Amino acid sequence: MNAVLKIVLQRLGLGLITLFVVSLIIFVAILMLPGGFAEAILGQAATPETVAAFNKEIGLDQPAYIRYFNWIAGVLQGDFGTSYASRVGYRREVAEMLAPRAFNTLFLAGMTAIIAVPLSVGLGLLAALYRNTLFDRAINMVSLVSISFPEFFIAYIAIVLLASPAVFNILPSLAKVDEDAGLWERIYRCSLPAITMTLVIVAHMMRMTRAAIINVLASPYVEMARLKGAKPWQIIVRHALPNAWAPIVTVVALNLAYLIVGVVVVEFVFTYPGMGKQMVDAVTARDVPVVQACALVFAATYIILNLIADVLGIVTNPRLMHPK
Amino acid sequence: MSEQINKLKLAEKLAGRGKVSRRQFVQLAMAAGFTAATGELMFTKAARAEPKKGGTFKLGVGHGATTDSLDPATYPDQFTGTMGWGATGNSLTEMNAKGDVEPDLAESYEPSDDAKTWVFKLRKGVTFHNGKNVTAEDVVTSYRHHMGPDSKSAAKSILAAITDLKADGDNVIFTLNAGNADFPFLASDYHTPIMPTVDGKSDWQSGIKTGPFKLEKFEPGVGAKMVRNENFYKDVWFDAFEMVSIPDVAARTAALTSGEVHYIDRCDLKTLDLVKMSPGIQITEVTGYGHYVIPMNVTVAPFNDVNVRLALKYAIDRKAIVDKVFYGHGTPGNDNPIAPTIQFAIDPQPRHDYDPDKARSYLKKAGLDSLKVDLSTADAAFAGAVDAAILYKDSAAAAGIDLNVIREPDDGYWDNVWMKKPWCMSYWNGRPTADWMFSTAYADDAAWNDAFWKHPKFNELLKAARSETDQKKRAEMYAEMQQIQADDGGNVVIMFNNYVSANSDKVAHGDLSANWDIDGMKIASRWWFA
Repeated sequence: MNAVLKIVLQRLGLGLITLFVVSLIIFVAILMLPGGFAEAILGQAATPETVAAFNKEIGLDQPAYIRYFNWIAGVLQGDFGTSYASRVGYRREVAEMLAPRAFNTLFLAGMTAIIAVPLSVGLGLLAALYRNTLFDRAINMVSLVSISFPEFFIAYIAIVLLASPAVFNILPSLAKVDEDAGLWERIYRCSLPAITMTLVIVAHMMRMTRAAIINVLASPYVEMARLKGAKPWQIIVRHALPNAWAPIVTVVALNLAYLIVGVVVVEFVFTYPGMGKQMVDAVTARDVPVVQACALVFAATYIILNLIADVLGIVTNPRLMHPK
Repeated sequence: MSEQINKLKLAEKLAGRGKVSRRQFVQLAMAAGFTAATGELMFTKAARAEPKKGGTFKLGVGHGATTDSLDPATYPDQFTGTMGWGATGNSLTEMNAKGDVEPDLAESYEPSDDAKTWVFKLRKGVTFHNGKNVTAEDVVTSYRHHMGPDSKSAAKSILAAITDLKADGDNVIFTLNAGNADFPFLASDYHTPIMPTVDGKSDWQSGIKTGPFKLEKFEPGVGAKMVRNENFYKDVWFDAFEMVSIPDVAARTAALTSGEVHYIDRCDLKTLDLVKMSPGIQITEVTGYGHYVIPMNVTVAPFNDVNVRLALKYAIDRKAIVDKVFYGHGTPGNDNPIAPTIQFAIDPQPRHDYDPDKARSYLKKAGLDSLKVDLSTADAAFAGAVDAAILYKDSAAAAGIDLNVIREPDDGYWDNVWMKKPWCMSYWNGRPTADWMFSTAYADDAAWNDAFWKHPKFNELLKAARSETDQKKRAEMYAEMQQIQADDGGNVVIMFNNYVSANSDKVAHGDLSANWDIDGMKIASRWWFA
């Protein structure tokens, strides 16, 4: 157990450094973009005087490094600052802006994961069990086709099939959810995006499950199990799967991370108020504090999910759990 | 025949309640001896006859960002404009569908001293959503919100002419630095809703204003919910009004066809015919004041030669651009930025229709055999700007002009390209009066004079016409200015674009306003459920 604890602490430490570097890169990258918040908001209507008044109010007249240090000092104390969209008498805390969006993103990711992970692991096991049969080829083909299309294409097809009077008008094409929407309303509203994202990620996890299992099936101990007369599904579930968890968990973790950070296109198509859309809006408007906070959340998601995958890989492998 | 007339009369009544379709009605009208066009008109009149109360109207808008705020000084677009001004607020005046200005929060207004002083008399008994009476002081603070050195307001430049304003009982008195006969039009701008005063400052944060709807909930970049203001001084038909920001045009269309919203703006022109075929969907199309232009910096070569400018004006095939890039949803321009529906608009002669030979002859006059110029473009200027530039390149080639089309990044276009590069694609939302448009982008002292064009006679006329109150003299002056601008100015006006929207046939409306998209951004108070 000590080994695991050590790895967790080590990774968390490295993760903090990664987050710091990410925040620095994002900050510099936004500095290099043309125009600032005032120009982006005022657009064609910007005049030098109004831009200057704007910059003064949101503190953009200070040098960049001072702004960065102020920001990072705030973050270390748990204060993500205020959005540049704040005005006198109208504070918009980044944390407050982000919280409902992050919840929406996590809800959709969670809902998709609940459908997609068991589905793809199950399909992967079945594909390994009936490998090289018609069934195996069929689900491989279907999932490969669905992963090969861009996600917005799948999304539009889903809308045409399930949310327009052309075929079936049974699901909502607008996934706009209110904060006060009930659970069932949320699930109903999120059904199309969840279906779309499931189609996008199933192939990856399913094929990795299948490959990992088949890999293990070549081992001598599986042959032993077969010789002692175990049934094929028993061999796979009881003997092969426990030794194949590590690669499967890694792929699942990567896909879960994708569900949180990579779904901006799906959010746009279904008008879902998630974090991806928020970050795109913030980049367009050069709203640096919001961009920074989103970047931190996304980077932290990757770090934590990878860490979980690694820990599970170790825990499920006695050789790594109890090294000599 | 009289039987048919009787049937038609019955149908007229039914149309008022939405029980007869346009097609059925027109057929009846034709049977009764009217032409199809007359039948259409009669139907439109009949169908609009009886607005009635009720229902929650849902609007899908292409704009809206998480950085939006309730501060009217920085309303960037149709989302905040429709919510914060059209539905929940009022200016002193408003524009009607005919393009005239009408009193709104002001009951009447009077100029004096050659239109240098304007007295606006407030409508009696109008209250804010919190029940407080609207006072002249509230109006003064609301205007001051946009003025002064610290202002970040988009309305700052149009209100710069106000040297003094004060409250006097029920009146607000504006003193201008020079006469302006069109000042009531300026008072209809969507950045200037009247807000309640709290501690000497305008309280925009609460969203409390005077409009036909009360703001219940506003989530920037997502949507807004509003309910009817029962104390509004006019009839309001919808019980509630909801807005959803749907930036993706395919998603917007799907939301309309699947019945999630009743109205969408900015339709996809490519797929418009498909949308038209959907059952229960109507398309509305209004030629507004908005126009696509290509300003050239007339202070640098080769644009400093008026003959080169004229050659370029004759070398563009505007009709091809309207037809091919915008599928006919627009009106080709004639280098006059004043839309044909605006008061005092003229059609400058000779028209600058595509004529490669004329373009060539003007080049010769400039002492050139051929010309090579850079044209900067990006779809940030307007959707379709890159395609339009390429068509321009083709048509100009026939006149011996080599247009080098440079595709600039969308990001930061207004910062780094517009008014920085000598020739680039641009867009103007248009203004409701000739004076407003000219003083925004053509006057020598205008902040946005994007052609850097300074014509002494033009500027003289502009100032004189502004304070002239004799309508006939003004018409003459504005005609002359438009002619000068078209002949000498540095702007190639490509076209006036149409506002193309789609709505469910469950909602009905009167004549549409052309001053802004979404029925002048006042859809919430002007439409109703049929």
